[in-house]
Amino acid sequence: MEIPYTTEIRKDTGLYNAKVGIWLFLASEVMLFGALFSSYILLRVGAPEGYWPHGWLTVWLGTLNTLVLITSSITTVMAWASLKMKNFGSFKLYHAITLCCAVCFLCIKSYEYHDKFIHNEVTLKDGRIADGHLVKKTADGIVLEGHFVTDRKELFNLATPFLGHPKHEEIEIKNSEIATMSNYGPAHHTYNAIYFTLTGLHALHVIGGAVVIFYLWAFGAKMWKEDPERFTNRVEISGLFWHFVDLVWIFLFPVLYLL
Amino acid sequence: MQTAHAIPHTGVHEEHHEDAGFWRTYIFSTDHKVIGIQYGVTSLAFLLLGFCLMLMMRWQIAHPSERVPLVGGLLEKVLGASQGKMDPQLYNSFGAMHGTIMVFLAIVPLAFAAFGNYVVPLMIGAPDMAFPRVNMASYQSYVIGGVIMLVSFFIPGGAAQAGWTSYSPLATSIATNGQTFWLIGMVFLITSSLLGAVNFIATIIQLRAPGMTWMRMPFFVWSQFVTAFLLLLAFPPLEAAGIMQLMDKVAHTSFFLPTGLAVSTLQNISGGGSPLLWQHLFWFLGHPEVYVLILPAMGIVAEVIANNTRKPIWGYKSLVYSAMTIGFLSFIVWAHHMYMTGMGIRIATFFQTTTMIISIPSVIILTCMFLSLWGGSIRFNTPMLFVMAFLPMFGIGGLTGLPLGFNFSDLHLHDTYYVIAHFHYVVAPGTIFALFAGIYYWYPKMTGRMMSEFWGQVHFWLSLICMNLIFQPMFAQGMAGMIRRMSDGGANYTAAHNSQLGMDVIGGLSPTLMHLHVWILYAAVCLGLAQIPFIINFFWSIKHGKPAGSDNPWHATTLEWQTPTPPPHGNFAKPPVVYRGPYEYSVPGHATDFTPQNQPDNA
Repeated sequence: MEIPYTTEIRKDTGLYNAKVGIWLFLASEVMLFGALFSSYILLRVGAPEGYWPHGWLTVWLGTLNTLVLITSSITTVMAWASLKMKNFGSFKLYHAITLCCAVCFLCIKSYEYHDKFIHNEVTLKDGRIADGHLVKKTADGIVLEGHFVTDRKELFNLATPFLGHPKHEEIEIKNSEIATMSNYGPAHHTYNAIYFTLTGLHALHVIGGAVVIFYLWAFGAKMWKEDPERFTNRVEISGLFWHFVDLVWIFLFPVLYLL
Repeated sequence: MQTAHAIPHTGVHEEHHEDAGFWRTYIFSTDHKVIGIQYGVTSLAFLLLGFCLMLMMRWQIAHPSERVPLVGGLLEKVLGASQGKMDPQLYNSFGAMHGTIMVFLAIVPLAFAAFGNYVVPLMIGAPDMAFPRVNMASYQSYVIGGVIMLVSFFIPGGAAQAGWTSYSPLATSIATNGQTFWLIGMVFLITSSLLGAVNFIATIIQLRAPGMTWMRMPFFVWSQFVTAFLLLLAFPPLEAAGIMQLMDKVAHTSFFLPTGLAVSTLQNISGGGSPLLWQHLFWFLGHPEVYVLILPAMGIVAEVIANNTRKPIWGYKSLVYSAMTIGFLSFIVWAHHMYMTGMGIRIATFFQTTTMIISIPSVIILTCMFLSLWGGSIRFNTPMLFVMAFLPMFGIGGLTGLPLGFNFSDLHLHDTYYVIAHFHYVVAPGTIFALFAGIYYWYPKMTGRMMSEFWGQVHFWLSLICMNLIFQPMFAQGMAGMIRRMSDGGANYTAAHNSQLGMDVIGGLSPTLMHLHVWILYAAVCLGLAQIPFIINFFWSIKHGKPAGSDNPWHATTLEWQTPTPPPHGNFAKPPVVYRGPYEYSVPGHATDFTPQNQPDNA
């Protein structure tokens, strides 16, 4: 028994099965990320005046990651186009670049995550707030690379132009002085929560897409000899998914880094 | 596919090309019919489990804090219920899991996945689903989700307790990991229906047989098509909400937890979250889900009615357009579940208006079904009886929903037993009756044997009577102000009514209304007993039922009856070509009173 239209195109719809499938799947993905973006909007407009953070993320790293993903999108199209032109060698080359870009993106993202997890806000018993990156932990205290503020609100607007970043210095704090201490992980603020959830889910999509592309690049490529058309279709489908993942990032970047 | 015991080709009935072995044939099958039956049997088992949970709860409501008979010892041993009594925590988790199991593990898989899988490819003349392996993955994901839900009963603290709606912050702050299990289970169930929905839509778009144009598709296929779109687009927001609640539970974020939340003491959280956000995201799925429950049932009803009135279904095009309209509108009515949240008059007005508009296509569908009966020479077999009961029962369920759709009357009825009666009329004697009709109707195609007509009728009449005895009194209880989800059925309030104040207080319930609990319990037990003939009939008839006699025992027109029985792998002996619409019954001048879709004009 054979399922019709796995490779050949059905005349009245102009599509093969998998192409219908992937577009439907992407429609549901739009709803998934759409719901999370809507939640972002609701949480942001619901936040008290002055307590929604600006400038907590490093813009140039985000820009770099945007460029990395756009590059990977271009190489994905080129990989598919190479197969359409029966050039298997350049397919291998282009998708190798795609995979490198994926790994590069994930590395930069992990660095950014790490940066948030070592970033701490420490409330002292005298009411001052120390904010900065944890340099080291000793038996009786911690060392932060950061600065002091008196009003917590000062921490929320780091993106104001002309003021510049507050001056950072090494601060030593004894354990006995600490009232509360929390790192900039998901539990720190709803902004961090939605940031980690959105980018984490996106990163899972990057990993998933990269695994599929790697499979097609390495093991699945033997189908090129038996059924080149079907193989090209598979590359197209995985490429559509990859473009979607890029597109999500194109929305994530301004929403989380710039606004 | 490893072995090579080729069976000689003696005819179309032996079209198995190779013996695939037990595991490949029955457990890891990619055949849509086997997957359909897997879904069917699994979801029927969950249906029974969900009913048993409710039976125990009804005992607790009727006889608060008395040892549960028969299973009290079991509850004590397995779930740690002290002295076999149901404490409020256990009641709450049974309540939450009853809803979850019935909606996500029983009815949707049965209506959509089981019937859809088995019947849709046959009806459109396809050899299988578009993505058979995705189909298998869908079932496996469903089973994993189900197992996670079941396991959560046995963890310390028990299963989720915050109702099937899992409202935060309640769901987040109850000290059990049941909610975490619930959320992870839901992710698997959502994945399962996502895979199913993609597969169904792709199959219906791509694999229709030559000549099977859109307006020649049986209404059942249309209803599954619209349902698949609802699942595809409405479930992901719940998945997003589930991920966020999981983050609240596991990573201690505050998506749904407001600033200053205190659960006995002030919680150590960042705050800033919105409980209303969860409700919006939940009901964005929750309301389309109602139509996921009802549309496939309407599809089954249309097939059975056309077949047993021996005439075309009345207003086929109106049915199709109404189903599409329902599908679209169901995405913009969700907040009528949230009138009590204080989200604002303007928003409530908007959703009240859309809610009233969506009742129009629903009424059109029901009216078409009723009109189809007019002037037909009706055959009163078991499937038809269930369908005939579906019409008024669903009518009651639908019409009693109108007062809930209006903002002002909902303020009184919200969260009372009236709501329970309303949606159970839609789903229990509504959808479930249609599903029973579907089982009796397609059983001969699946097995080659008929289910017993006599026991089918016993099953039908007892179920019909008991269903009404259970749910009709709840309207009265609810209108008098009996609130749902009380583990003692409102006994506390009754005490206030009788002794302390000596006058009518809101929520104080009269002894007559309270005593109805006992009658509802009896009716529920009888409903359980009424399912025994069905269960025996279902299994007994596989081997010992009356042989169907032909591939088309009901003399039906649609394509699933034009295959060998049971259909072999690949379905059709030769690829079908479709020449006509789905309901050409009693065509004047024709030799038989039915003309199959694949019969050429000159034949």
